[in-house]
This record gives sequence, structure tokens and C-alpha cells, in this order.
Amino acid sequence: MASYNLMINDHSYSVDVDPQMPLLWVIRDFVGLKGTKFGCGIAQCGACTVHMDGNPVRSCTLPVSAMAGHKITTIEGISTNIDHPVQKAWIEMQVPQCGYCHSGQIMSAVALLKKNPKPDDAAIDIGMQGNICRCGTYQRIRKAIHRASELMATETKKAF
Amino acid sequence: MPATAKLDRRSFLKMTGLSGTAFILGFYSSGEKGATIVNMSGLEESVNLTPYIIIEKTGKIIIMNPRPEMGQGTYQSLPSIIAEELEISIDQISIKQTSGEKEFGRQVSGGSSSVRGSYTMLRKVGASAREMLIKAASEQWNVPVGECYAENGKVFHKPSGKNISYGELAESASKLEVPKEPVLKDPKDFKLIGKSIHRPDINLKVSGRAVFGMDVEVPGMAYASVERCPVFGSKLLNYDDSEAKKIKGVQQVVKAERVVFGKTHYDSIAVVADNYWAALQGRKALKVQWDYQGNDKFNSNDYEQSLRNLAKTEGLIVHNSGDFDKTFAESPLTLEAFYETPMVSHSCMEPMNCVAHWKEDNTIEVWVSSQGPSLIKDELSRTLGVSQDSVKVNIMFNGGGFGRRLQSDFASETAMISKAVGKPVKVIWTREDDTQLGPFRPMTFSAMKGAISNDGKAVAFQHKVISPSLGASRNATFDKTKPDNSMVEGISDQKYEIPNMKNSYVLADFHIPISAWRSVTSSTLAFAHECFIDEMAVKANKDPLAFRLEMLTTESDTKKVLNKLKEVSEWDKPLPKGWGRGIAQYEFFAGLCGQVVVVSSKATGEVKVEKVYAVIDLGTVVNPDNVKAQVEGGIVMGLVAATKDGIRFENGKSVQTNFHNNRMLRINEMPEIEVHIIADGGPTIKGVGEPGLPPLAPALGNAIYAATGKRMRRLPVDLSKIS
Repeated sequence: MASYNLMINDHSYSVDVDPQMPLLWVIRDFVGLKGTKFGCGIAQCGACTVHMDGNPVRSCTLPVSAMAGHKITTIEGISTNIDHPVQKAWIEMQVPQCGYCHSGQIMSAVALLKKNPKPDDAAIDIGMQGNICRCGTYQRIRKAIHRASELMATETKKAF
Repeated sequence: MPATAKLDRRSFLKMTGLSGTAFILGFYSSGEKGATIVNMSGLEESVNLTPYIIIEKTGKIIIMNPRPEMGQGTYQSLPSIIAEELEISIDQISIKQTSGEKEFGRQVSGGSSSVRGSYTMLRKVGASAREMLIKAASEQWNVPVGECYAENGKVFHKPSGKNISYGELAESASKLEVPKEPVLKDPKDFKLIGKSIHRPDINLKVSGRAVFGMDVEVPGMAYASVERCPVFGSKLLNYDDSEAKKIKGVQQVVKAERVVFGKTHYDSIAVVADNYWAALQGRKALKVQWDYQGNDKFNSNDYEQSLRNLAKTEGLIVHNSGDFDKTFAESPLTLEAFYETPMVSHSCMEPMNCVAHWKEDNTIEVWVSSQGPSLIKDELSRTLGVSQDSVKVNIMFNGGGFGRRLQSDFASETAMISKAVGKPVKVIWTREDDTQLGPFRPMTFSAMKGAISNDGKAVAFQHKVISPSLGASRNATFDKTKPDNSMVEGISDQKYEIPNMKNSYVLADFHIPISAWRSVTSSTLAFAHECFIDEMAVKANKDPLAFRLEMLTTESDTKKVLNKLKEVSEWDKPLPKGWGRGIAQYEFFAGLCGQVVVVSSKATGEVKVEKVYAVIDLGTVVNPDNVKAQVEGGIVMGLVAATKDGIRFENGKSVQTNFHNNRMLRINEMPEIEVHIIADGGPTIKGVGEPGLPPLAPALGNAIYAATGKRMRRLPVDLSKIS
């Protein structure tokens, strides 16, 4: 056991856990944020995607001991009122079915749009192919990312 | 106080972090728009107008949803049917999942039955309540009922314009007799049914606030990871847990049992710990000896060969019209083909899990992602010998169901572990458990025969199914001398007018647990059936769509679907070289859908699915956008089953263990899908969740043939290299 200070969604959390424990289980069972999901445990499905310093990572295989000094963002941290442009686009396109994979899908999409505010289909394929959806919502995910890109452009315009 | 109001507030799930305190099922008050979803809300000072409609004196209306949500949209579709007749808008209501209470009857999501099975009943529920509220108002005002009408959660008196809210009327209305035959609304006046209204659960699902079974925490809860032998039929010889107990956080190691279908018992060992990671590490440290009892010799190759051998036997006749044998023997043009499909896993994104608390008073409370509270009650009662009344079920959002969560093996096992350790326990299956332990969709093999007349018409047809039996897997006393109807689903029900048809079934014994999988046996039989129809068309030298339409001389929904497909897919428009179109339809218990798949092929043998056109026939549609979503989902799941790994056994266990070798479709492989809905009224209403799946594989196989001249008769096909 070892003690770690984690910066998650701009809050500081102190946990005393096995250094090998994946970040996923720390976030879920010790910090109590249940939005990040367990899907495969081997970084194959993307359900556990969170951001480490803004980059999408699979929290199911990242040991907590590697988190010191890094900023973690989970689905709970991208907005307080479900109004992130990606969330708005996901609602507008009614993307989720069962919804279980969509915390991870949205975290991947947010990261993609941050790097590439106007991704084409090929860029979406590359940015999103680490996330499996068993309900088959991919067509809507694609549409929603294009829509989120538009919404973000409008918001940026407004901000100036 | 109504029974449904006896809910305890202790069960609230406290979630820390940004979302604050949330109800068990997730809570999102959206303010202006959208319904609120509650599970454990207290319902003090409320009145049950019917079991389905609870009106609080504050005016808040709660609609009970008996069909668990697993992605199919029941939180929108079912409440909106009631709300339509009740004359309330969707944002005036809260939705509450039922928990297996007797007054709601059987509460299961399955068989694409949620809307088609309760459409008229739910409309009557809403209309009865509306009539009672109007009557209550008319009595209160002492005016004729005919002068009153309901709108937007209020009753109005037309001549005077005065109005009164449902909340104020609820108590007096509840004392009135429930009308037996309430007058239903004219569909032309519908405000909700037939409209693509947003689903109330979406906001929860894009914000991490939807609470799945996986997310439940109850006070004092321990976590468990459970070791079970991936070689089915093994017995536990002994185990050494000394290393496991050295892992920090491990509390106890206890024996349990996984019971599938109430009849097949598998030994299991549960490592119970303070947290899941510790439980998993403890499980890995177990030293277990299994007696495989010879089952480690089992492999898919040999089993499949045994199915091919069984195909030579006659089997049980399930349909016989005209004289197949004579026609086949005498026809100038005959053909035969053998089709094979694989076993597949359900692979819900949320691995199986359950929280159970076997309490000191011998009642059991479970929190679970399940397709039916009734199923959980049945399973616990059957396997654990407790009464149904002593089981309390809390149904959470299902992270996928697809038929897997019709089984409740994980719930009874978790309850046993809770009893053994005397505290609430959460069992989480690893993805490896979930992939290797089934139950799986069974494979079906099909021996096909057909005969064509001189003028190019199908005159004889035979579909013989050779497969394990779902009935025999479920039921220890299954009568093998009778055909298992679930294994010949739809093969005798297609609308093609073929005068001589003889279909049969050959049962193959199987020790691997198998179960329903989205669209059940139609998911595999349609491949053989509709590809063989295509083979007959080729033999008759006819266009596959024209060949089908020629066998549909009388009006039918199938004919409508095919004609619509012809139009929307631009069937007759030439395609680039190397491209091909394939068509298929399949009608079965759940409904009817037809599809055209368009593929491109390269000289290297690589095939790409370019586009899928789907036409689903419903009669009546409740939410068109959600229907499209379900068909899109069915097509993707059909593509995975047709083109990915499937489940194969070697040395007694599944070779596939996780998503790296049991691959799923990813976004870069996603074809464009265009869905059309036929909803031209009529008395029948067809299902939505499953019909989109069966036509995909045959339409794909037929498209590959059109593009490459190669006939696919065994699934899965590897699209990277067609051979």
C-alpha cells in the first residue's frame, strides 16, 4: 500500500492503495466517480477512457503509481450541466443506446476535437477506433462529432 | 398508502464528486424539457390511479415502466404511450422501473416485445386514467362529462374555461370505477406516438450519471471475483487459498456455485475482498485443481464434423406441404448446398455483475442489470429455495442485454456468496469470464435443397436444420422426440409461394450452455435460407429480387418491404466494376425487416461493406428515430457475427478470451446505414429490437456473390480476404 495524491477534475484526492491498482478502480471504488466504466481490463475497448493532461488514456491498465503530478479528467469533469458541445451533440443526435460505452466515447471525442477541431471522417476513424460500442452507434457518433465541431466553432466565435 | 410507495430512502446511493447525491438509477432534473428518471424516490402523499400511473398531490406524475432499459428505449417508448392517452407531455412525468411487483405481471425485456406486446394495453391504461380524471372534474363542478376535456395535465370545462390540475383531482378520481373500454384517441390527434421524441435516459448516459448494475454501492459491501472452470462440465477437486489470503484486502475465500437455467451446476470459488482489485489479485493467487471429466477433449472442429455427419439423418419433420420428395426427384433443375454458422458471445459492454445482500431475516435484496425483475425473482426462488416474496429486486440500467441478461446465473451465485460471508457483495465478471463462460448463441448448420421448374420458378424447397437445442439446454426434461421450434424459427414462415416444401430438424447433443441471442435462431437460419433463395435465383438465371417478387403474387408485408427496398436502394442502377448488391429479408416472431447490402471488392480479395439499406415493417411506429437506432444496432451486431471471430473451442474451452481475439466492429469499419420504416397502420404492430439483425448476413453473402462470384456458405467470413 502507498499513499497517492491525485488531481481529478481539479479536485485533490488522497488515496492509500496498492501501487499496481489501475487508475480505473481507484477512480471508481476509492474516489467514487462511477462514470468511468470497466469494459475489458486490457485497453481494448475504451470504456475506461479518461484524460491524462488532456490526452485520452485507458485507465484500466494505468497503475495509480504512474499518476503523480498528472491532471486527470473524467466524464464528470467535462461539464457541470451536461453542456459540453460534445454532450450537446450526443443528445441532439440521440447517440447512446445502452450508454455503457459512451463515457469513454465522449472522452475520446473531446480529446480528438481538442487536437483537431474540424476532423474529417478519416480523422474520426483514427481518433475513435479504440472505443467499442456493442449497440452499434458508430454512425451517430460520427455525425455527433461533426456536429460538436460546428457547435464548438460557434462557441469560439461567440467568445470573441 | 399504495404498495409501491413503501420505498426506503436508505437505499439512496451517495455519489461523491461533481454529480453530488444521485438516486440509484441516476437522477437528472432537466428543468424545462425531458422526463425525470427516478427509482428510489419516496412517493408520499401520492395516489395510484392505476398500478402504472401514480399522481402525487403536487401534480407530479409517475409512470411505471415494466420493461428494463438496455438501450432499446423503453424509458421513452412505453411512458409516451401512456402519456399520449393521458394527455400529458413527456416532461411532466417521472419514470420508475418496476421491481417484479405482481400487479404488473411478467416484467421482462425480450423478444422485441416491449412496444408490440403492450401498446394497446398501455393506451387503455392512459385512456382509463384520463376518463377517470375528467369524470372526477365533472362531478366536482357538477357539469356534464361531455363538456370537459383533458389537456396538458389538466381538465378543462369548455363552456366556462375553468380548469383543474390532475394533482388536485387524483384522490377523487382514484375512487371512481376504472372504465373497462375507454375511448382511445384517434391516431391523427397523436402528439407523442409516431414522433421522434428525445429519450429521457440520454442525458444521464452522456454525463456518466446513469447508474448501471456495475455502479451500485451499498453500505458495508464487499467485492468478489469468482474463479470458475472455463472447461464446462469440470468438477472442483481442491483449491489452495493460502496465497490469495495474503493479498492485502482479501477477506475470505468461499465456495459457491454457478447455476445455469436452474439445472446445470458449475463449481466456483469466490475471493471476497475490501475492493475489486484486491479480489481479482486474490483470485489470481488461487491454486485450483479441476477434474475436467474428459471435457477438455472437446473442440469445435470435431463437433462441427459431427453436425455434418448428423445432416445425413432424416431428422424430425417440422413442415411438409405439397410433395417435396417427388418434385425434387423429377425436376430438371435442382441444387443442394450446406451452410454453417458459428457460435458467438453476447459480449455486452457491461460485463455481468450483481450486488446481492442475503439479510439476517432471510430476505434477499439484489441490485442488478437484468432484462427482467421477474427473471431474477424466478432464478433466486428456484435456485436458492426462497420464496419470491422474500426477494427484493432493484433493476439498474443494463449496459447491453442482447439476450444474455435473460439469464440470471450471476444473481443467484452472488446471493450465495453474500450468504456465506454475511454481508452485501458485489460480484464483477472479468471480460475473460464474460467471453468464455457463455451461455453462447448456438451454431446452426443447414442442409438446403431446391428445385426449379422449366420456366424458372422455385417449385421445391427444403431447409434442414442441424444444431444443438435451446430447449434441451434450458430444460432437463426436454422431449427430444419432438422438434425444438426455437431452432427452426421462421424457416417455414416466409411468404414465398413455393408449392412443395419439407423442412426438418436434427438435434445435436451439446454440453456447452447456449441461450437466446438477439434475434435468436433467426440470426443464423436467415443466412442459409436467404442465401439459398439467391442460389436458386442464380440457377434460374433471374435477378435475385425479381425472383423473390415472382414468388409473392398475393399482397403481403414481405412484398411491400421488398418493393420499398427496390426503390430506396436503386436496385436496378448499375454499380461500378467490382461492386455488388445483395438482398435478403426475414420474417420471424419478432417482426420483419429486409436489407440491401452494397459491397465493393478488390482483386486482392478484400471486400468492403459500402452501404446497407434497411426497410423495417411495423404497422405502427412509436418513435421513428429510435426504431432507426435499433435497426442500425441490429445491422452492426449482424456484421460482427458474420465477419468477426465467433467463439471456437479447443481443449474444452473457448479460444476467445477478450476483445483482442473476440473482435467487434469498430468505427473505421462502419458502413453507412439508411433505414426506412413502413408504418401504414393496421391492427398489428411488429417488433423493433431484433428484426434488423437476421437479413444482414444473407444480404452480405449475396452481395459478395454479386461482386465476386464467390458464394459464402460458412460464417464468419474474413472480409480482408474472401476466398
